[in-house]
Amino acid sequence: MATESPASPDSPDSLDAAERRTWRRPTAFRNRYTKWAVYGAVLALVVWSVASLWITPGRFISGLGYGYELIDSMLPPETGSENIARLVDRMIETIAMAMIATVAGIAISLPVALGAAGNLSPRPTYYLSRGIISVSRAIDGLIVAIVAVIALGFGPLAGIFAISFKTIGFFSKLFAEDLEDIDMGGVEAIEATGASRFQRLVYGVVPQVVPRFAGLAVYRWDINIRSSTIVGIVGAGGLGVLLQRSYSRYEYDYVASILIAIIAVVLVAEIVSAVVRRRVQ
Amino acid sequence: MTGAPPDWSRFDARERLFRVGSVVIAAAVVVGSWEWLDMSLRYVGSAPLQVGDLLGRMYPPDWAYLPNAVGPLAETIQIAVVGTIGAVLMATPVAYISAENTTPNKATYALGKLIVTVSRSVHTIVWALLFVVMFGPGALAGTVATAVRSIGFLAKLLGEEIEEIDFGQVEGVRATGASPFKLLVYGIVPQIKPALVGISVYRWDINVRAATILGFVGAGGIGVQLFQAIDSFAWRTVSALLVAILAVVLVSEGISAYARKKVR
Amino acid sequence: MLETENLGKTYPTGDEALRDVSVTIGGREVVAMIGPSGAGKSTFVRCINRLVEPTTGSVRLDGRELTGLGEDGLRNARRDIGMVFQEYNLVERLTVMENVLSGRLGYVSNWAALRRNFPPEDIERAYELLDLVGLGDMENKRVDELSGGQRQRVGIARAVVQEPKIVLADEPTSSLDPETSRDVMELLTDIAAERDVPVVINIHEVDLAEQYADRILGLHGGELVFDGPAADLTDESKGVIYRGEEPPESPAADPDRPSNGTAGEGTPEITGNRSNAGNGRLPAED
Repeated sequence: MATESPASPDSPDSLDAAERRTWRRPTAFRNRYTKWAVYGAVLALVVWSVASLWITPGRFISGLGYGYELIDSMLPPETGSENIARLVDRMIETIAMAMIATVAGIAISLPVALGAAGNLSPRPTYYLSRGIISVSRAIDGLIVAIVAVIALGFGPLAGIFAISFKTIGFFSKLFAEDLEDIDMGGVEAIEATGASRFQRLVYGVVPQVVPRFAGLAVYRWDINIRSSTIVGIVGAGGLGVLLQRSYSRYEYDYVASILIAIIAVVLVAEIVSAVVRRRVQ
Repeated sequence: MTGAPPDWSRFDARERLFRVGSVVIAAAVVVGSWEWLDMSLRYVGSAPLQVGDLLGRMYPPDWAYLPNAVGPLAETIQIAVVGTIGAVLMATPVAYISAENTTPNKATYALGKLIVTVSRSVHTIVWALLFVVMFGPGALAGTVATAVRSIGFLAKLLGEEIEEIDFGQVEGVRATGASPFKLLVYGIVPQIKPALVGISVYRWDINVRAATILGFVGAGGIGVQLFQAIDSFAWRTVSALLVAILAVVLVSEGISAYARKKVR
Repeated sequence: MLETENLGKTYPTGDEALRDVSVTIGGREVVAMIGPSGAGKSTFVRCINRLVEPTTGSVRLDGRELTGLGEDGLRNARRDIGMVFQEYNLVERLTVMENVLSGRLGYVSNWAALRRNFPPEDIERAYELLDLVGLGDMENKRVDELSGGQRQRVGIARAVVQEPKIVLADEPTSSLDPETSRDVMELLTDIAAERDVPVVINIHEVDLAEQYADRILGLHGGELVFDGPAADLTDESKGVIYRGEEPPESPAADPDRPSNGTAGEGTPEITGNRSNAGNGRLPAED
């Protein structure tokens, strides 16, 4: 036990001891200078940002005044039956777009995910698939939607294209991770029975990932509903179209109704998605 | 499952009904959606062609334009930085009232959840629309939109972290005679600091991406240039800008992943 | 010197965890408190530094009344009471040194606490204690990298660095294996002797209590049913503590006892004898 040899100040290493009697909190960085350099750099970045974005208290305060006017003109939200009918129409369009885009996006994602699973795919395919995923994830959905509107014209088709495109990056990345986590022992066992590559996939891989696949699909559907509510801002169909139109006509009370509709659709989708995912897993 | 020995099947009857039922419903909704949207197959069929044509006009990218993009790209990152910091400052109290173990009462808990929900349900671009009305066009509106949009995300994750706090550790510090402030900095902050830093850096990375589109509604960032180029059909400029955006996003993603790995 | 007088605790749920406990503990005594789970051992030690607020009675430390102290007074009083916990209750993400130094938090400014800027004497003392508990080179390790035994030593160092007038240990060995448990008990008794402070240890294992403690307190159903030198702890008194049997004068309980299986064995099986409890009165919560 420790108490049998208590280190007294007179023990042979007392010189050492005298030296080590100072203590400073160890830093998570390589050393103290790195730490102050990083902190300094972050601080400089923030100061530079605030200065060049021209964020001043005066602008804030005058903005709050306009904010009050804005809220005032939003209340009460528009409830005219004709406008509500248009709203419901666009709501259904929003949901329909998300449905189609989810199915199409996942259909395209499957081969990409297989290609991006390091344990199942050869190197060149792997890097190609990872590249597709990076591009799809990096470009914001609205940018894709604008390009789609120009290529395909106004309407839900452009929205579906944009949302499907964004689905590929998300779904392939996460599904590839699941594929990489599968137990290869099971696949080998199937292979040992003399199964072909396709049979190996169907019997060895598919059963292991079906629950995760279903969960991910529903999760992505939920995200797609969110995207679907706003791609219309650039003309790609759904509730966003109404939002953009009423905003540019300063019909802020209708904007308020549309925002409420968006929040409601998103919330319902989130709840449905949570319930289904719990059932599946 | 056909051809299996008698009485064998993978799932019992109810489970199978649920599975078959949900697939059928999903299929019906997809078909119904297709009908509702009333999209002509002719357009769908020509879509790849149209997109290919557009991509063709984007090549080769107009690299010479890129020096003009440096300023706006920096502004995009600045919006993300300031927006994220503002969001963290505002999200901390919201997290505090939306965590079950620290919220003062039912009303504050409900308020916390409401803020989280509204913030997360409304897209950055919609927030930007509203803040452009308030602050006028420019990066300030984009920064505030970024911040408001991030509050829900940060408060939700941080609140979950607060709910996980081990009060035994706090009790250990309290027993030494520490004051509430010391309890906070010694017993509580060490428990949530890694999560706070990790979540914030992650959100910053998301915000860099989100800030690239603020320009569409005039709320600053690289989007202003991008959408001008699109409006004037300068497709080779568009593709150069897209590549630049891609590079900035990938670099910030790398920084974020590195920082999150280091913080524990 | 610690004195408790008629100390009692009734929880808001109506459970009376502690009733009329009066003891005086002083000098460099090692006092082990034993009793079945739910007997109020943990409540007793937590009432002393008011991590649990007692409902009746009083606690005096060196003549100062602790019950009824305000926030500041209570914090000052807690500086004089070192506490060791069953689950260590260390701040897992901080280093060993930071955890030991947290014992000095009551003496430094808020700003110093934030910067971890402690006076050199405190750091000196912390190093000495780390050597004492056998963690000499581990000051910059994070606690979540340590084993249970090592964590408990950090916990002991944190309690002792306070220079307390009394050390309380709440089941310090319950999360440890038998060998480490003995090391920890040895450490606690050494501390009592070297630092000249009384140590109160809640403990499950009766054999450890008998081996290391000078004095034993037995709790049953929240009441003090035994108080005496460890040598006086007989099988009869264990029966009183663990099964609530009447003291030996009671004729009903007497004939049964030799067949209980505890006689002659050094270590009574605490849980195994529950089935024999029918002849005693058992507290409701047990």
